[in-house]
Amino acid sequence: MQIEFYFLISSFLFAIGLAIVVTRKNAILVLMGIELMLNAANINFVAISQSAPDVGAGQFFALFVIVVAAAEAAVGLAIVLRVYDYFKTIDLDNINELKG
Amino acid sequence: MTIIELGFYFFSILACLSAAFILFTKNVLYAAFSLVLTFLSVAAIYVIAHAEFVAVTQIMIYVGGIVVLIIFGVMLTNKLADKKPISGSHNKFMAFMVALSIFVMLIYTIGQINFPLITKALEPNLKMLGVGLMSDYLLPFEIAAVLLLIALIGAAVIAGKKEGQDHAD
Repeated sequence: MQIEFYFLISSFLFAIGLAIVVTRKNAILVLMGIELMLNAANINFVAISQSAPDVGAGQFFALFVIVVAAAEAAVGLAIVLRVYDYFKTIDLDNINELKG
Repeated sequence: MTIIELGFYFFSILACLSAAFILFTKNVLYAAFSLVLTFLSVAAIYVIAHAEFVAVTQIMIYVGGIVVLIIFGVMLTNKLADKKPISGSHNKFMAFMVALSIFVMLIYTIGQINFPLITKALEPNLKMLGVGLMSDYLLPFEIAAVLLLIALIGAAVIAGKKEGQDHAD
């Protein structure tokens, strides 16, 4: 398998994730877009881990990225729940005041 | 075309289509289900890239953990009994331009690089991962453990209701 194909699909997933983060109004959908972008980076790490010097080093990076993504999802959803408690909505257009 | 290449193309197209479905669907819950399909396809791509352990970790943590957490978030922030969890989108043109330019820039940069050829002889395996985590990558491993503990406590503190100020505001 040519390594360029992995980079191609990873950059496509990254662009889609970026578009989700920018366009969607729902805070949970924005979190999904961030997860998609982290996954795109992981595909790059795994693809490069097959090549000659340092075989397998990319897989360790991918594992640590997954760990950080899990922590980020937990804390992000906790913040989203607090925001919902306070504003009664998670529509990002309506959450526009600080210390209201 | 071998069966592995065929599988790679199939799962790549599946990942791209389900990711695009997240972008275009109105229903938040359908987006979460489509995210499951994307993560499973990416796990299949990991298997094709000889990273079986990362693929299993992906299925366990993303599909088994994060997506379940996200679906709980959808249920806790929408009144599902009344109506469907519909959410619109904004800034469509700007986002399309930004995403397209990032994509074109990445493709252009990838085209510039001379990648080394993939070596089939040295396939990374599970033993290498285990030994590596306990020797070369021990410090990041421990830091990851502490980070998970901090995130667990932090998430519980942020999301938990405090005594006496439930309906203060």
